[in-house]
Amino acid sequence: MRISKTPIDPDRLRETMQDHAAGGYVAFEGWVRNENEGHEVLQLEYEVYEPLAVKEGEKIIAEAKTKFPILHADCVHREGLLELGDCAVWVGVSSAHRDEAFAACRYIIDQVKLRLPIWKKEHYVNGDSGWVNCERCAEHAHPVPQTIAQ
Amino acid sequence: MSKRITIRYFAGFREHAGVGEETLSLEANTARDVYELLKDRHGSQEPLGHCKVAINDEMADWTTAINDGDTVLLFPPVAGG
Repeated sequence: MRISKTPIDPDRLRETMQDHAAGGYVAFEGWVRNENEGHEVLQLEYEVYEPLAVKEGEKIIAEAKTKFPILHADCVHREGLLELGDCAVWVGVSSAHRDEAFAACRYIIDQVKLRLPIWKKEHYVNGDSGWVNCERCAEHAHPVPQTIAQ
Repeated sequence: MSKRITIRYFAGFREHAGVGEETLSLEANTARDVYELLKDRHGSQEPLGHCKVAINDEMADWTTAINDGDTVLLFPPVAGG
């Protein structure tokens, strides 16, 4: 688990997941979006309390490794001012088979959003700004979508 | 009996309090007491369950006991990712 003040480089991070015992790799990249709840977003600012974000993130990754038979897992989250399209968070998991890689990646990103002391301030096109209170996140992780086709 | 407690505010709580950290004497037995006593400082209207607390850099529960000299970190609802 790492907090980064500089842009995330998913290609370089992907290399850290490689293993001859791995049959595949799943990654999630969270990007800065241009809209939130009807507001047109210009920039995002992440505040992170790094000592506990790293500690809690390491705990989440260790939990994922206990729950799922995976080979490697890691997460990097940005801090500071981000522009539209920037990568705000990266999660990567490699494993022998795909099911556990998908499940572990999902587990890690959901728990990161729920538990890490990270706050997001949105800067809007109209000049306003505001802290995002992720109440849905605070109550429950978003439900996992049903598989559409077997 | 009042205890000397250092409070650290984050994000919106810090902006409302106007400071990132302050040391106060509080009649507080639990983390919940600290949150309730300092409502005017952090300004939160959020239900307690939406916020988090850490004590001396360890994530804690709102029922955790507070000791003299502790540092209590008050976290508004998190929004990473």
